Amino acid sequence: MKFVKMLLATAFTVSISVSAFAGTLDDVKGNGSVKCGVSTGLPGFSAPDASGMWKGLDVDVCRAVAAAVLGDASKVKYVPLTAKERFTALQSGEIDMLSRNTTWTVTRDSSLGLNFAGVNYYDGQGFLVKKELGVKSALELDGASVCIQAGTTTELNLADYFRANKMQYKAITYDTSDQTVKGFEAGRCDVLTSDQSQLYALRIQLKDPGSAMVLPEVISKEPLGPVVRQGDDVWFNIVKWSMFALVIAEEKGVTSQNIDNMKKSTDPGIQRLLGTSGKVGANLQLGADWAYQIVKQVGNYGEAFERNVGMSSPLKIARGLNQLWTKGGIQYAPPMR
Amino acid sequence: MSAADFKPHPDLPPPKFQTGWVKWLRDNLFSSPFNTFLTIVSVYLLYLSLPWVLQWAIFEASWTGTTRAACETADGQPRYGIGACWVFISVRFNQIIYGFYPPELQWRPNVVAILLIGLLTALLLKGVKYKQWIGAFTLIGFPIIAGILIHGGIFGLEVVETDRWGGLMLTLILSWVGIVASLPIGTVLALGRRSQMPIVRTCSIVYIEFWRGVPLITVLFMASVMLPLFLPEGTEFDKLMRCFIGIVLFQSAYMAEVVRGGLQAIPKGQYEAADALGLSYWKKMGLIILPQALKIVIPGIVNTFIALFKDTTLVYIVGLIEMLHILQVAGRDSEWIGFDTEGYVFAAVMFWIFCFFMSHYSQNLEKKLHTGHKR
Repeated sequence: MKFVKMLLATAFTVSISVSAFAGTLDDVKGNGSVKCGVSTGLPGFSAPDASGMWKGLDVDVCRAVAAAVLGDASKVKYVPLTAKERFTALQSGEIDMLSRNTTWTVTRDSSLGLNFAGVNYYDGQGFLVKKELGVKSALELDGASVCIQAGTTTELNLADYFRANKMQYKAITYDTSDQTVKGFEAGRCDVLTSDQSQLYALRIQLKDPGSAMVLPEVISKEPLGPVVRQGDDVWFNIVKWSMFALVIAEEKGVTSQNIDNMKKSTDPGIQRLLGTSGKVGANLQLGADWAYQIVKQVGNYGEAFERNVGMSSPLKIARGLNQLWTKGGIQYAPPMR
Repeated sequence: MSAADFKPHPDLPPPKFQTGWVKWLRDNLFSSPFNTFLTIVSVYLLYLSLPWVLQWAIFEASWTGTTRAACETADGQPRYGIGACWVFISVRFNQIIYGFYPPELQWRPNVVAILLIGLLTALLLKGVKYKQWIGAFTLIGFPIIAGILIHGGIFGLEVVETDRWGGLMLTLILSWVGIVASLPIGTVLALGRRSQMPIVRTCSIVYIEFWRGVPLITVLFMASVMLPLFLPEGTEFDKLMRCFIGIVLFQSAYMAEVVRGGLQAIPKGQYEAADALGLSYWKKMGLIILPQALKIVIPGIVNTFIALFKDTTLVYIVGLIEMLHILQVAGRDSEWIGFDTEGYVFAAVMFWIFCFFMSHYSQNLEKKLHTGHKR
């Protein structure tokens, strides 16, 4: 298979000299829109609202890049992708970037010809329990029955965690997440385990969401972030720094509301961010106001988080690991200088 | 005793059990001990389920409003399992029908739909002249007009990219294209398979057996995931177009076998009579064999069409959002989590309505075309 692919690829490169990959930035500017691969629907991360507008934390990364490159966050062409076709779509040039709750792993980073441009959400596997159990920590779950979705890494992580902590459990597997939550609700199990960002969405589906709580323990690492093709460093840098700009804006207290006042700020960090001094934009091959446009139109990271998955959304996910490094989380951006 | 004195006894009413609803019940529900048993079981099952279904779908359902709050109790708890939230459907209704088609341009698909309904009605009504021309237009001219109107790009119509197509519109387009393109290709393949020429026959058989041997989901997956890898980098090939090609290739193989069934049902005498008249191969087929054969296989064609109509939901795996999945995606909006049941019920009802309509339409068509030698 690999040989056939290589053969075909060589044949094509010989016969047709297409050099679309070298200049994703030029392509995007030429098309007037960023083609962004998103999930076909994941609460809080990417889903169309009633008027057909895509919304979510992953979608906001696409919008930030569009704001930085084209000066207009609405100039995104969303390509809904299933988990299986997401990497092909990126490799074949169907999309310019992928922002689809994709976990950053070494295999994906090294063997797919792709680069992860950062982490926009630190996820991890967690537990949802009924409050009436009175459990406050996952370490008190010895002997519990656990509802899981079959055939996912969730199952393996669960086994590892309970074995490492010398605890017993009884797994009750379901086929889909809907069935899992129904099983949990019907009392088939004491605990439901899944990625934390999913647990909050599942909790809303309970008849009484207040009756269940998410335990603080996270038993796996799932850093989710946007992905670009390898070999186009200009575009890689733009996507990477569009994300960092979101985080730096939050660090500096720049929001979509106060940004116009902040333009007068004497803080050199803010000046560099907003392009009133320095050549950050030019070095990235963007306009001087690239980060201004991001924050003005999309908001800073904290705003995007609260709006899509945080306390002002129905999901009500706590910041946790996704809090800024200065406030006890691990969201950290290199200095902009 | 004269005849005049004879007074016939007035007619007795028919026995009680042989008339009215009692007879109907006896004939239809209690005609044998086994049927009586089935009736009682069915009534019991209805008694168990119907009150709950009615309560959920009608009496306790939320009908009006625009936000999630309309489907919640006063203290903000959702009413899952108590009453259906039809507000979820009404808020999304436009999306369910048109997908992400720009609202200001939705008159274009509307025109296409009205045109299609008009054509289908004209084909069925008595007394409409030039039916063969209307039929030909429905199969050839109409898809072109529909394509121009919905996609735009010429005559000053604004282009609407295929990634904005969705919902019921996409479901109908996929199935219509699938059937309209696969019918002629399938007919040619069926003729090829029955041909005397070895190469033509072999090619047809290989094609048909190959495409019938792979599941549609594999074809779509190949079209979407593998094909772009083989194309030169940067070459863009519309995703919907790839699906069209996949579906048509797949569907023609099935259509070929349906048509072949019709060809085999035509008595040999018809072939021989055509030959005796000295007709060429194409005249023989076009004037004598195919008109009879296609008429016989209308139920088979419609059957294939209904199957394809439902199979279009598979395009979701390549990220095209047709009617069933636009409802699923709608339930992933964090404002509307947890109302999937309503979505599935609505989709089921919509599919049922369309399939029922198609099956009745075809039955009517058969009656129209019935020319006396019905088997």
